Amino acid sequence: MAERSFKKEVEKLRLGDGEEFRGEGILAVTKALLQSGVSYVGGYQGSPISHLMDVLADAEDIMNELNVHFETSASEATAAAMLAASVNYPLRGAVTWKSTVGTNVASDALANVASGGVTGGALVIVGEDYGEGSSIMQERSHAFAMKSQMWLLDPRPNLTSIVDAVETGFELSEASNTPVMLELRIRACHVYGRFKAKNNKIPEFSLQDAMENPTRDTSRIVLPPANYLHEHEKLNERWPAAVNFIKSNKLNELMGPSEGDIGIIVQGGLFNSLIRALELLGLSNSFGDADIPIYVMNVTYPVINDEILGFMDGKKAVLLVEEGHPNYIEQELNTILRQAGCDTPLYGKDMITEIGEYTSDVIKSGLEKFLAPHGLSNTEKNNLPAAAAIDVPPRPAGFCTGCPERPMFTAIQLVEKDIGPFHVSCDIGCHLFSILPPFNIGNTTMGYGLGWAGAAAFNKKAEQRTLSIMGDGGFWHNGLTSGVGNAVFNKTDHVLMIVDNNYSAATGGQNLLSSAGEHKKRSTQHDIADAVKGIGVTWVKTVHTYDLVEMHKTLLEAMTTSIRGPKVIIAQGECQLNRQRRVKPEFNRQVNAMKRMERDRFYVDSDTCTGDHSCIRMSGCPSLTLKENPDPLKSDPVAYVDNSCVGCGHCGEVAHAAVLCPSFSKVTLIYNPNGWDKFKDIIRSSFIGWIQVGAENKRHQRLKKAGLA
Amino acid sequence: MRRSRISIAISALGGQGGGVLSNWIVELAEANGYAAQYTAIAGVAQRTGSTIYAIELFPQELIEAEGRDPVLSLMPVKGDVDICLASELMEAGRAVNRGIVTPDKTTLIASDHRVYAISEKENMGDGRIESNGVKDAIAKAAKKLVLFDMNAAVLKSSSVISSVLFGALAGSGTLPFERVDYEQTIQNSGRAIETNLAGFALGYDNTRGAISDNTEPECGLGFTSASALMAQIEELPDNAKIIATYGVHRLVDYQDEQYAQLYLDRLAEFADFSPELVGNISRYLALWMGFEDVIRVADLKTRADRTVKIADEIRAADGQIWYGHDYFHPRYEEFTDILPASIGSAMANSKMWEKLCSPLFNKGRILRPKTISGFLLLRFIANLRFIRLKSLRYKTENKRIMAWLALIKKVALDNPDLAIELAQCPLLIKGYGDTHAKGINRFSRIMAVAVQKRDDPEIVQIIAELRDAALLSDAGTEFNSSLKDHNTEGLTGDDAQEGEFSWAGSS
Repeated sequence: MAERSFKKEVEKLRLGDGEEFRGEGILAVTKALLQSGVSYVGGYQGSPISHLMDVLADAEDIMNELNVHFETSASEATAAAMLAASVNYPLRGAVTWKSTVGTNVASDALANVASGGVTGGALVIVGEDYGEGSSIMQERSHAFAMKSQMWLLDPRPNLTSIVDAVETGFELSEASNTPVMLELRIRACHVYGRFKAKNNKIPEFSLQDAMENPTRDTSRIVLPPANYLHEHEKLNERWPAAVNFIKSNKLNELMGPSEGDIGIIVQGGLFNSLIRALELLGLSNSFGDADIPIYVMNVTYPVINDEILGFMDGKKAVLLVEEGHPNYIEQELNTILRQAGCDTPLYGKDMITEIGEYTSDVIKSGLEKFLAPHGLSNTEKNNLPAAAAIDVPPRPAGFCTGCPERPMFTAIQLVEKDIGPFHVSCDIGCHLFSILPPFNIGNTTMGYGLGWAGAAAFNKKAEQRTLSIMGDGGFWHNGLTSGVGNAVFNKTDHVLMIVDNNYSAATGGQNLLSSAGEHKKRSTQHDIADAVKGIGVTWVKTVHTYDLVEMHKTLLEAMTTSIRGPKVIIAQGECQLNRQRRVKPEFNRQVNAMKRMERDRFYVDSDTCTGDHSCIRMSGCPSLTLKENPDPLKSDPVAYVDNSCVGCGHCGEVAHAAVLCPSFSKVTLIYNPNGWDKFKDIIRSSFIGWIQVGAENKRHQRLKKAGLA
Repeated sequence: MRRSRISIAISALGGQGGGVLSNWIVELAEANGYAAQYTAIAGVAQRTGSTIYAIELFPQELIEAEGRDPVLSLMPVKGDVDICLASELMEAGRAVNRGIVTPDKTTLIASDHRVYAISEKENMGDGRIESNGVKDAIAKAAKKLVLFDMNAAVLKSSSVISSVLFGALAGSGTLPFERVDYEQTIQNSGRAIETNLAGFALGYDNTRGAISDNTEPECGLGFTSASALMAQIEELPDNAKIIATYGVHRLVDYQDEQYAQLYLDRLAEFADFSPELVGNISRYLALWMGFEDVIRVADLKTRADRTVKIADEIRAADGQIWYGHDYFHPRYEEFTDILPASIGSAMANSKMWEKLCSPLFNKGRILRPKTISGFLLLRFIANLRFIRLKSLRYKTENKRIMAWLALIKKVALDNPDLAIELAQCPLLIKGYGDTHAKGINRFSRIMAVAVQKRDDPEIVQIIAELRDAALLSDAGTEFNSSLKDHNTEGLTGDDAQEGEFSWAGSS
């Protein structure tokens, strides 16, 4: 079960000709795929296209009706390799992932499919995790399009344009026998909007047709001599075919007045931000009627030379709005201009910042600089005086309330206290938040599933072992071979901790091979320990993460044991976000049905809390927070558990294991108590109340005598 | 050019329901003659980080007249936001810093409650950012400000902050829709309608000023009456009177009247010094003399008002049955601490006894104070109050207290500022177990610096710096490097256990 269910929304995928579709960008892409007669779809989840995978998973009934095969791929490489189906057969296929990280993984298969070329349309939908909120290295997918020669679409960020791009993308792919990449920025993936729908299409040539009547063409396979042939085809046949298609279908757009002294060239995906910047400068209206000619590159690769030269012709200056580094398009345009002898000056990153996301604010200040010599910008009018910055705390992402990964890192803190610091090689996943406060654990991360590989160089005898971390997502993605297999083969003596939380949690709680729940459409419940043992590890221990004492003991043993060889600890604990989504409604149902239920939550005694906050430093749970010290003699705030506590018990375990203060208390609330509960409660509270009255009276007398109370 | 677009930004924390609120606004707008677009960055920030949602509304009739869609923004743009909703005070501040709240345009609707960031929480003392400055700054930055404690409304209505924000948005009257339109939107969503409407109503009413809260939180000591102790407090300088009253209250509560008398006697020794010094000593002496031992903990955990306080904090329903499982991890030291001093110290130094007793102390215990056996055990320990002043722990702490007071007294005449700094140093000593030991250790090393460098012209500054550095981390890296910076030989090591308090001389 994914973090978000699209069960209701997927019904929109059935909309027909002329009906209005309203919904999220990524759902519109799914609809566009079905309208295009796609035969197969695959992908690997990750922001910002996780929802695309979730939508597809929830839409399997509709997909079956249309004879579309949807696969939750094991990795981006697996997904990209699916495109092989479009090489020999007129089958349309689409694959999707997070870019650029996913494209890195996929690039082996992509290079192969791009070399041989395709018969059926092949679409690669890449969700760009660039700019604000990104969790990955800041790079451009553009480079992959250039190096393997795939066309790159970057449509304007409204649903109509995005849906059009999917449909024409398939046509372009078929017209030029080349896979096409469709680049969607994070905000466009999540944008809610509308477009006019069309009927879905059942592919005329089906997967079954291909399987039952296989054909082959060795010239499509990357092996000499065909590999040399492909290079010729790419440049001499596919490229001109693509240029023709793009020009004749007017995929790139001219906006604003047809004539003008100056002009702007913009990547399609940045169009709305550019228009807003122009509007704020008084140079456009709300409908995008700018006062300056604009050439919108909905296709950013290949660049159409004569369209560029035509646009530059007769202008005094042109500004290119191109996001990200390096400035591939700017370099290419300059080459085109130089070779054509065109001397219209082209501006770009000298006007707008070289680094980072092109928000409207960034584009606006670039425009002001560009427009000033042409008398079109009045900076003073447009800019408000900047107020002094308010002192606000940073809010790094962190583990959720009750996260089962928290105790792992507390255990690492405790072991480091025992045996001194050691090198920790991290992976990709929620567990990477360990590098942030309050844990501050981890040296490097080299990519998904590469946690243990990242420590491979340290396979030497030393006083201290290294510890590597890997999530279940990364483990099944490639870590089983690249990490565990590699460690076995090279006879490592180091330690790996695998986070087994039942889901691909960081990407939105998708299912995995090792998910504990049963799944109608996928095969789950494959034990990680079995896989690890199967590949040759003998020292394998499975520990429940919330059992901090056991976790601490096991990790300490792994780090110090005299037994040589690879050591793997599987840290089990269900992702709390998903667990709560499963458990909470059920609990409420039972309570409403008058069943006797118990609920645990934690509580900190503010009277005995020391106000030193070690518990927070060893936990970082969002529900463990601060409140005013009730003691008038103390000024430091005390710890406090807010109402979001899910009763995971970690803070109590920390108090025990680290010998903190006696302030933690787990409170068990009883709902719909039975007669026995009520009877016990009456006996206990009357007895305790009776003694308490005596003790309280004595205390009050003491205070009274002292002149207090 | 007439502006017909309405731009809205929501500044929230991951998991606070900013997406739900965005959906409501979109549905509200679409049902009432507007086209809507919204987007957010749902990446890692979903996991407790700060998240911004951008919504734009555009009149449907203008779209129809034009025959095409407007170009809408996918992010809030500086100086172009009509309404900013912030689910927490610092997120409101962050929105202002981002430039999406401007005095010419923006109505800022924010909750002034705090969700503390990890940097504030992990501090060993008080790392919270001061709220009032932020409140003033956001008030200046916005055209119109709606600010109240929406978390209180959430708790009151058992709903979520998005419904309270939605109510406040309706109450602010900044959108061209009626209250019933908003309520209809909640009805249509079909989920938790009753509580969401309750939260909505509180948000609406608070914004319309229909509710006046701000009841002063209860505090203080009730009343005092004439007594020998109170008469002595009257002799103290004004600034120390209240603290000393609290101090006396604490120590009578903690031990007895005689113990409080000892406290006042010790304070009286400083009667000739500055009120500031007396004020500081009266605070820290009371805290130190009321050191936290297992007797005190057991006493606090068996009090009647504790049950009421917990029930309130855990939001137990009226009459709901609940049990606490209290986590204790007493160590051998805590055990020997409450024994009579001579036996206690003999046992504390005996490896044999420690080993014999170790099964009792090597793991944490869980006690249930609301069961008869749990209560009686705790009550028994609490009653050891009668032998507290004979205990090993008392002897140790008393010796330390006397050494500290003696040092203050020694420097107070020549260097009153140094005395004031030294008087504040016990704030490093708190808690139990390792936390307490670490506090004592750092405190002791600072005192040693004061003795060693008493004549250094910078000494006052040095002590203050060391005290701040000591609160920066558990590992004490900053503290140790600060010691090094001040060139204090022999005190830079991690472990000053040996010879701790040796600065106090042999007395």
